[in-house]
Amino acid sequence: MSPTGGPILSMLIIIPLCGALVLVCIDGAREALIKRLALAISSLVFLLSLIVYAQFDPATAGMQFVERAPWIDSIGSSYLLGVDGISLPLLLLTTFLTPIAILASFSGITSRVKAYMICMLLLQAGMIGVFVALDLILFYLFWEGMLIPMYFLIGVWGGRRRVYATLKFVLFTMAGSVLMLLAMIAVAFLHQGSTGRSTFDLLELIGGSIPYGTQLWLFAAFALAFAIKVPMFPFHTWLPDAHVEAPTAGSVLLAGVLLKMGTYGFLRFALPLFPEAAAAFTPLISVLAVIGILYGALVAMVQDDLKRLVAYSSVSHLGFVMLGIFAMNVQAVEGSILQMVNHGLSTGALFLLVGMIYERRHTRMIEEFGGLSRVLPRFALCFLVVTMSSIGLPGLNGFVGEFLILAGTFRAHKGFAILAAIGIILAAVYMLWMWQRVMWGQSRRAENLTLNDIGRREMAMLMPIILLILWIGLNPNPLLRRMDASVAQLVEQVAGSPKADLPLLLRGFALQGLQPEFAHAIFTPNSQPRNPCESWN
Amino acid sequence: MIWLIPIIPLAGSLIVGLIGRRMPRTLATVIACGTPSLSLLLSVMAFVRLLQMPAEGRLLRSSIGSWIASGDFSVSFGFLFDPLSAIMALVVCGVGLLIHIYSIGYMAEDRDYHRFFALLNLFLAEMLVLVLADNYLLLFVGWEGVGLCSYLLIGFWFERPAAASAGTKAFLVNRIGDGAMVVGLIWMILLFGSVDFQTVLTDAPTVLVYGSVTASLLTLLLFIGATGKSAQLPLYVWLPDAMEGPTPVSALIHAATMVTAGIYLVARSAPLFQLAPVSLEIVAWVGGLTALYAASIALVQTDIKRIIAYSTISQLGYMFLGLGVGAYAAGIFHLMTHAFFKALLFLSAGSVIHALAGEQDIRKMGGLRQFLRVTAGSFLVGALANAGIAPFAGFWSKDEILAAVYASGHGPLWVIGALTAAGTGLYMFRLYFLAFEGKSRLDAHMLSHLHEAPWSMRLPLVLLALGSATVGFVGVPPGSGLLQRFLGPVFPASAHEATAEPTSEVVLAVAVLAMAVGGIVMAYRYYLLDPQRSEALAARYPALYRTFFHKYWVDELYETAVVRPTVTSARTLSELFDARIVDGSVNGIAALAARAGSLLRRLQTGQVPTYILSILVGAVVLLGYLAFSG
Repeated sequence: MSPTGGPILSMLIIIPLCGALVLVCIDGAREALIKRLALAISSLVFLLSLIVYAQFDPATAGMQFVERAPWIDSIGSSYLLGVDGISLPLLLLTTFLTPIAILASFSGITSRVKAYMICMLLLQAGMIGVFVALDLILFYLFWEGMLIPMYFLIGVWGGRRRVYATLKFVLFTMAGSVLMLLAMIAVAFLHQGSTGRSTFDLLELIGGSIPYGTQLWLFAAFALAFAIKVPMFPFHTWLPDAHVEAPTAGSVLLAGVLLKMGTYGFLRFALPLFPEAAAAFTPLISVLAVIGILYGALVAMVQDDLKRLVAYSSVSHLGFVMLGIFAMNVQAVEGSILQMVNHGLSTGALFLLVGMIYERRHTRMIEEFGGLSRVLPRFALCFLVVTMSSIGLPGLNGFVGEFLILAGTFRAHKGFAILAAIGIILAAVYMLWMWQRVMWGQSRRAENLTLNDIGRREMAMLMPIILLILWIGLNPNPLLRRMDASVAQLVEQVAGSPKADLPLLLRGFALQGLQPEFAHAIFTPNSQPRNPCESWN
Repeated sequence: MIWLIPIIPLAGSLIVGLIGRRMPRTLATVIACGTPSLSLLLSVMAFVRLLQMPAEGRLLRSSIGSWIASGDFSVSFGFLFDPLSAIMALVVCGVGLLIHIYSIGYMAEDRDYHRFFALLNLFLAEMLVLVLADNYLLLFVGWEGVGLCSYLLIGFWFERPAAASAGTKAFLVNRIGDGAMVVGLIWMILLFGSVDFQTVLTDAPTVLVYGSVTASLLTLLLFIGATGKSAQLPLYVWLPDAMEGPTPVSALIHAATMVTAGIYLVARSAPLFQLAPVSLEIVAWVGGLTALYAASIALVQTDIKRIIAYSTISQLGYMFLGLGVGAYAAGIFHLMTHAFFKALLFLSAGSVIHALAGEQDIRKMGGLRQFLRVTAGSFLVGALANAGIAPFAGFWSKDEILAAVYASGHGPLWVIGALTAAGTGLYMFRLYFLAFEGKSRLDAHMLSHLHEAPWSMRLPLVLLALGSATVGFVGVPPGSGLLQRFLGPVFPASAHEATAEPTSEVVLAVAVLAMAVGGIVMAYRYYLLDPQRSEALAARYPALYRTFFHKYWVDELYETAVVRPTVTSARTLSELFDARIVDGSVNGIAALAARAGSLLRRLQTGQVPTYILSILVGAVVLLGYLAFSG
């Protein structure tokens, strides 16, 4: 139970679910009411999450607001929720961005408004669930369940190639997730094998003694699922397609929240469950992260479509986050968590801004614009702040995260930090080149000259984000302080395990790969007493 | 109190930028020019307090709290006011205020008057953060902040394609330097556990080994950052293009203040650089070569602002030359005098451009002195100071740098510096004679419109001219003037410039002065007495002339060697690798699955005889297997 005495985390999940139920009962023709109700419900969730923020105890490293209830007793899975310094910022990011995304849909979504808003609320519940679930099965339920509303958001309200994009997104993600599910079950089996207790409680599973070779396989399964979600190079190609076809709000939540589930997954599950394997994988993942930083930036540079440009920039930014996570020291990991929030804000805002000009001009091609600063001065000012946040201008939020990541990474590995610093240069290249072609120069189309500047509703969407961009940039400590204890604990759990270079890693797979007891647990379901299915009969 | 100095213009920027349009224009102007006045007042008050303190302990600090705290690393919004910061803040606020006043007249007709002043105020705030920060990371906030303002002000008339690309170029070239600087800063954290000046600069001798590779690399990374911001080889290319911005911007940002940030960074880090003799040597050579290189380009350019821009690059080179031989105070002295005379030159040039409705080509000017007396007079003062003619300001500071170069045993660098002095006299007075003296080459229409600038523009000119004529005396006598004694305690004891014996110092000074005068005489003979001779000269050395005129083709070189390969490889990555290979394999796997599915589908024919046949075959094979294996 939480300090408030109420199951506040459950309420964060249940309120949007109930809200969706209420919407179901409303006549679909009353669109204005439905929109306002969805906004009100998601805003209420945000306000509730502020209570979590306010009552969160920064000195506690472990889980807070923990709720536990029996769920599937037969396999030892329980309904277990909690937040710590790692999930708190992401929880807040989710509750903060959802109302804004809903507000952004007021003008862009014209058909099947009711179904759309139901999807948004379900999505919110799912996203929150992912960040607070501490039982592997429960986590998996949210992780996969959240795909369903997203599938519809892109597939129904998306652009021309929406079916292709949404299938690619869902199949790609699920391909990784299935392996993760198998690995989760294996972790539980192994735990039962050594302790005799069947459980999917993450807190209990952490610290278990899984043999090194087995860890490698299980870590790989988790890592694949998370890496696809991040997305890390070379698993990123679903992202540009999904973004281009998704409606604005879909892109905002996709970039703002969904991608963070991958990076969060590494921090919450893959690292603490398999610390030795994580250390062994560090060089490989760091290399992929650095490639992602540079590759994403270079490819972003030559995109013609604004959304594709922002999508590839996400690959680059998330590369920074991954690099920081695998530097495995306090600064880098805190920088990574902060950068997840920062990316959610700046990229979320970028998609909002792109959506705004798309609604006006029905195109996102860079070559169609030019000179917009003259016609849209307020838009230009907002766009400028967000652009500068995205390229890490000191004084805004992006810099703090990037700098901490670089400082931490430099401690762990100088070469990676230096290469990543090149990514900072390239970020300025693709963003400012885009800016020059879209916002400066002469307008290349007569239609651009008569556009209306952004109105009150649009300002209401952007101002909260811009204020946060400034606030985190100038005063990141309230967030950092809340991370400190949890991150320090995580780093302690993980750090110190030996790293392996690539050949060593491969040999680990080949020689030590399937440890006898692991193989036994997986492939001989009839053996006693390891079989939890037994109790089902 | 110190933290108020940058905060006030920041507030001014927000007010003028966000609600300036809704208030009377006079009020907006008063706010925009009032904030630098207040900052100047506060700086002067702090300066007076410093003077009242004992010479070795002159230091004011103030902090407005912690900025970032993560793990064992923390950094605060801390400000410091010591003699070095004091000089910088006074120059920034003083010159800044004059240029604000000048802009009232210069920008009066512009439809984005408010945006201009908001950005100018913002610039001032960021520049003051830069020079007043008590740690490297906060300095970096100002460093990038002034870069942003520079970008937005170069691109102020963003509808002009040239202005738009010049802005982007400035930001990106600077970003290369900044990337190196960031690496330097994170390395500093690893070495010192801190970015505070106090910690880093005090601990430097114990943490870093004198002459070690670490010391050299760390200081070089900082210096690469400095070459970007202060437009030195090889990252100077953005500054000439930056002249696309309004002229007050060129005066304030691209001459007097922002471009000197690199000098300030190196001077501030003097205790680090003292441990890295190799780095100092590189600083000196980059500075010396840049000075000569930029002066040679300035000799043949025809755009009034670009000539002054190359002159700025050249003068910044002098400053680095001074820093590189350990004459930190001399470098800062030149920074200060340069701020006056270069701002003066730009503002005078702005007055000319204003009078000629935008004309910047000196070949089309001539004889302007008769029409623009104040402008011509102030430009002449600026030109004399820039050329290093005694007793104008530039003479004293440049002389002190060159004396230190000679005394430190850098003979070749002294020769380079002296040659540059001759070149400076030549290009400065080529410009002066072609624009202000001789017969007018203006057309009749232009002549009838010629007018001297309004008072708001003339007043700063006169004040800056006075400054350019006299400010050099704070550094007299050389090596032990007021300024040097004031700055002395800031710099490492070993770095007090080695002074040659007085007689040879006078000889050297006279020699350099003679070179500069020689340049002026040559300009007089070639451009005023007999203009044909200059063309003959260019014709006699066509290769040299074209090299200077085309600026050594460096822009073209960067375009071919850096920009185009990057874009081409990015396109290849995107169109071939990403679309075909990465995405292709994803789609390929999907297609494979679909193909497999459609193959398997054929099994399900729906025809019962086929199924029965399959079952039979299967059963036979199974039975056979069991029979033979059993």
